Amino acid sequence: MTFPIFPKAASTTAVQTDYLYFMLLGFSAFILALVFFPMIVFLFKYRRGKKANRVDPHLPEMKVEVTWTIIPIFISLGFFALGARAYFTEEVPPDGTLEINVIGKQWMWKIQHQEGNREINELHLPVGRAVKLTLASEDVIHSFFIPAFRIKQDVVPGRFTTEWFQPTQIGVYHFYCSEYCGADHSKMQGTVFVLSPTEYQNWLTRGEPKNSLAQSGENLFRQLGCSGCHVNSQAVHAPPLEGLYEKLVPLNDGTFVRADDKYIRDSILLPNSQIAAGYQPVMPTFQGHITEEQLLQLIAYIKSIGNETPQKNP
Amino acid sequence: MSEENKNYLSTGDTVKSWLLTTDHKRIGILFLFSILLFFTIAAVAAALMRIELLTPQGDLVHADTYNKLFTIHGVLMVWFFLIPSIPSVLGNFVIPLMIGARDMAFPKLNLLSWYLFIIGGFFAFHAIILGGVDTGWTFYTPYSSAYSNSHVVEMALGIFIAGFGSILTGLNFIVTIQTMRAPGLTWFRLPLFIWSLFATSVILVLATPVLAITLALMSVERIWGIGIFNPKLGGDPVLFQHLFWFYSHPAVYIMILPGMGVVSEVITCFARKKIFGYYFVAFSSVAIAVVGFLVWGHHMFVSSQSIYAGMAFSILSFLVAIPSAIKVFNWTMTLYRGSISFEAPMIYVLSFIALFVIGGLTGLMLATLPVDVHVHGTYFVVAHFHYIMVGGMVTAFMGGLHYWWPKISGRMYPEKLGQLAAIIMFVGFNLTFFPQYILGYLGMPRRVHEYAPEFQIYNVLSTAGASILGVGYLLPLIYLLWSIFYGKRATANPWNATGLEWQTSSPPPKNNFHETPVVTEEPYNYPPLNEIGEITLASNEHK
Amino acid sequence: MKENSIVADQFENAQQQSEAAHLGMWTFIATEILFFGGLFLAYIVYRHFYFTEFVAASKHTEVLFGTINSIILLTSSLTMALAVHAAKENYRLQISRWLALTIFLGLAFLAVKGLEYHDDIENKLVPGAHFDPSLPAQSQIFFWLYWTMTGLHAIHVTVGLGVLSTMLLLARKEKFSANYNTPLTLAGLYWHFVDIVWLFLFALLYVISRHK
Repeated sequence: MTFPIFPKAASTTAVQTDYLYFMLLGFSAFILALVFFPMIVFLFKYRRGKKANRVDPHLPEMKVEVTWTIIPIFISLGFFALGARAYFTEEVPPDGTLEINVIGKQWMWKIQHQEGNREINELHLPVGRAVKLTLASEDVIHSFFIPAFRIKQDVVPGRFTTEWFQPTQIGVYHFYCSEYCGADHSKMQGTVFVLSPTEYQNWLTRGEPKNSLAQSGENLFRQLGCSGCHVNSQAVHAPPLEGLYEKLVPLNDGTFVRADDKYIRDSILLPNSQIAAGYQPVMPTFQGHITEEQLLQLIAYIKSIGNETPQKNP
Repeated sequence: MSEENKNYLSTGDTVKSWLLTTDHKRIGILFLFSILLFFTIAAVAAALMRIELLTPQGDLVHADTYNKLFTIHGVLMVWFFLIPSIPSVLGNFVIPLMIGARDMAFPKLNLLSWYLFIIGGFFAFHAIILGGVDTGWTFYTPYSSAYSNSHVVEMALGIFIAGFGSILTGLNFIVTIQTMRAPGLTWFRLPLFIWSLFATSVILVLATPVLAITLALMSVERIWGIGIFNPKLGGDPVLFQHLFWFYSHPAVYIMILPGMGVVSEVITCFARKKIFGYYFVAFSSVAIAVVGFLVWGHHMFVSSQSIYAGMAFSILSFLVAIPSAIKVFNWTMTLYRGSISFEAPMIYVLSFIALFVIGGLTGLMLATLPVDVHVHGTYFVVAHFHYIMVGGMVTAFMGGLHYWWPKISGRMYPEKLGQLAAIIMFVGFNLTFFPQYILGYLGMPRRVHEYAPEFQIYNVLSTAGASILGVGYLLPLIYLLWSIFYGKRATANPWNATGLEWQTSSPPPKNNFHETPVVTEEPYNYPPLNEIGEITLASNEHK
Repeated sequence: MKENSIVADQFENAQQQSEAAHLGMWTFIATEILFFGGLFLAYIVYRHFYFTEFVAASKHTEVLFGTINSIILLTSSLTMALAVHAAKENYRLQISRWLALTIFLGLAFLAVKGLEYHDDIENKLVPGAHFDPSLPAQSQIFFWLYWTMTGLHAIHVTVGLGVLSTMLLLARKEKFSANYNTPLTLAGLYWHFVDIVWLFLFALLYVISRHK
C-alpha cells in the first residue's frame, strides 16, 4: 500500500501551481513553528505551581500589535501577487491553441475534436501543445477537473466557459466532474490520454473518414434552414455570415459587439436581444430546438467561413 | 426552600413552565437540547458516509441515498447545529449574566426564536422523513430548481423559518448588549465574548435575510417552473451562487466568531492573566464581521466570474485572515508569564487554537488563486472548513459548555473524564480530517459516493479517525447528563474567574442578580501572581 | 409620569425600554432592507444583461395604477405621522382618527394593486406558457421580478395593516399618550419603511425606462 502525497504534475500549470503550493506549505510550517513553539514553552514554563518569573513585563503593547499586524499583511500581499500572476496566465489562453469542445450532461462528458473525432469520457491529446477547451452543459452545472494538470472550470448551462493547459508528460490521467450534479455525479469521470504527436495523428485518422466539425456544422446549417435566409435570400433580409467571426458588428442601438462564440450563441438562442444594424428582428429562436453539440458545430462552421468575403445580397 | 433562595431551575418544573418560559437561561437550555437532537441526526448521517467511503465501490448505500446523506449532514449541521450552537445556547445563557442584566431586552421574542427554530426544524425533519433532499446544503441552481426530484422546497422552507429565528436572536443580542449593560459597564469593559457575539449578531441580522430571499426565489422558481436562475430563459444560475455566498460566507464567521469569544474567556481564566491586546482582539471581531461581507466571491473562482473579480476577492480573502492571526498572536502572548492550569475547558481551547491555525493557514492556500483552482470542490476544501467549523467552533462550544457548566447546571462535571474527552476529540479529529487535505490535493472530488482506488488508504484513515471522534463526542454526553444528578455541587465561582456571571450563585436565581451589579474595572483584571502562580491578594478570594 | 406606561421586568426604567424598542425596530428595518436587497440586486443584474427587453417590458406596467398607488401610500405616510404627532401632543381622539384613515389608505392601496394584477393577468403578463408572445422572451424575467417584488411588498403592506389595526385597538382603549407612545411610533416607522420600498419599486418597475 502506498501513501502518495502529491499527484503527478503533467502540465505547465501543474508545475506552477505546485511551486506556489510548496511555498505556502513552507510558510505554513514557519507560522506553525512561530505560534506553537512559544505556546508550548509557555505552557510548560508557566504551568501553575511551577516556579517562574510572573511579574507583569509591561511589554510595549502597541508596538507589538502593529508589528504582527503589518508583517502578515505584507506577506499576504506577496502571496496574492504571486497567485494572481499565475492565475492570469492560467486563465488567458495563448494564441494558436488546439481547440476541443467538451459538453457535460448528466452524467457523461462528450468531447468533439475539430477534425470530427468524438469521444465519450475519454480525451486524447498531443503532448507539448497548448489546448483550449470550450465547455458547455446540457443541463446543470458541472465542473471539468483534471488533477494532474491542476486545472478546473465550472461548466455552466446557458453559456460557454473555457480553460486551457499544456500537457508536458505522456501518460494516462483521470478527469472528474467536481461540481455536484445529481445521482451519478461520482460516475461522471473519464480518462485523459496524452500521446506523442505522431501517435495523436494516428489516433485522429484511424477508422472511417469522417466529417470535420465545420463540415457537420455546414450540414446542420442547411438542415435547420439557416441557409434559407442567411445565404443569398430573395425573400428575407438576413445578414451574411461569411467573414463575420471575431469582427465587430454594429448593432441597431448604435453599439458594437464582437462576433465571438458568445455572440453567435446568443444570436441563435436569443435572436432578438442584439439585432445587427439595418436588419429586422425576424429570426426565430432555436432555444430548445438544438443541442449544445449542434451549437458548437454551427459555431465551428461560422468560424471556418470567417476569412471568406460575403457575397452581396441582391 | 424560600422564595429568595430559589434558582432558575427550581422555579417551576412543569413542562409548561419550560415551554412558555421567557427566562433567557431556560431558553438557552431549550436550545441546547434541540441542537443536540439535530447534531445527533447529522452525526449519524456523517457516520454512514464515512463507512460507505471505506471502500472505493459504492457498496453500502445507493448513490442517491449517499447524496441525501451529505445533504442532510450539511443542512442540519450548518443551520440547525453550528449557527445556533454558541450564540443561541451559551450566548443566550450568559449574555445577560455577563452584562449584569435581568434578562434579554425582548424575552418573548427570545422564546419566539426558539419556536421558529423548532418549526423550521420540524419542516427540515419532515423533508427528511418524506425521502430527503439531494442538492447538497448549497442548493445550487439549476439543479435544485429544475432537476432534483427531492423535497427541496420543504427543506428550504425549514431553513427559511429557522433563519428568521436566527435574525430575531441577533436582533435581541444587539439590543440587549447596547441598552441593558449594568452601570459602569462601558463598551471597553465588556468581556470579549460579548464583543464577538455582537459582531456575530450584526452578521446574523444583515446576512440571513439575503439567504431567506435567495431560498425563497429558488423555491418559487421550482414551484412555478419558471424563474430567474434558469438559463433556459436567459437567467443566470451563477447569480444564485453570488446571493447564496453573500450570506453563507459571512455565515462562516457566524460559525467561528463566537468560538473565538469563548477562547478569550477561557484562556484568561486558566492563565490568570489579563488578555494581551484587549482592543485589538475586540476590534478584530468587528473587522472580521465587516471584511467577511466582502469575500463571498472566493467560492466562485472557477465558476466563470471575471478574472479581475477573482483577483479582488482573492486579495480580500487574504486580508480577512489578518484579524484572525492577530487574535491567535494575542492569545499566545496572554499565556506569557501566566499561571496555567489544564482543566478541560483549557484543553479544548488549546486544541481550538491548534486546529484553527491549521484551518486558517489552509484558508490562505485557498485564497491563492491557482491553488484554489486545483483544490476547489475537492476534499481539501472539506478538510479546511471542518478544521474551522468542527475543529474550531465545535471544540470551542465544548470548551464553553464545560466552562459554564457549573453555572448552567449548578454541578461540576467529572474533571478527569472531561480532560480525557477533550484529548480524544483532538486526536480523533486530526485523524479524521488531516488525511482529507492530502486526498484533496491528490484530486479526490467531494460529494462522491465512489472514488478511484488510489484514494482508499486515506479514506480508511479518515473513517478510523471518525470512530475515535465519535467516542469523543459520546463521552461528554454521558458524563454531563450524569453530573446533573450526581455531580459535585458547584460554588458561585469554581474557576476563580472574573466576570459578572461568576458573581451570582450557581445556578443563578431567576432574575440573575439579587441586586444590580456595578462595574468599576476592566475585564480579566486578575490580581498579581506570586512565583508559583498563586494569586497573592487574599482579598480577591470572593471574586 | 409613569401613567399608562408599562415597564417590563427586565428593564430598569421606561427610558431604557423605549431605547431598546427603538433600536430593535431599526435593526429589524436593516434586516428588511437586505431582504429586499437580494431582489434589487437581481433586478440590477438582469437590467444590465437584458436592457432592451427590460425597456420593452416596463412599458407594459400600468403607470396610472402605479402613480395612484404612490399617491395613496405617500398620503398614508402623512396620516401615520399625524397619528404619532397626535399621540405626542396628547390629542387622544385624533390618534384613532388618523390611524383609521391610514388603514383605509392601506386597504385602498391593496385594492388598486388587485385591480392592476387583474389587468396584468388579462394582458398575459404572467411569465410562463401563456406569456404575451409579442414581448421578447427575456422580458419574462422582468415580469417575474415584478410579481415577486410587488407581491412581497403587498405582503408587507398586509402585515403593516395588521399592526396598525392593533394600534387602533390600543388607541381606542386610550393606551397612548405623550408619555407612552413607543408602539405607535415604531408601527409608524415600519409603515414609512414599507412606503419607501414602494417608491423604489415604483421608480424601477414603472418609471425608469418609460421614455426610451
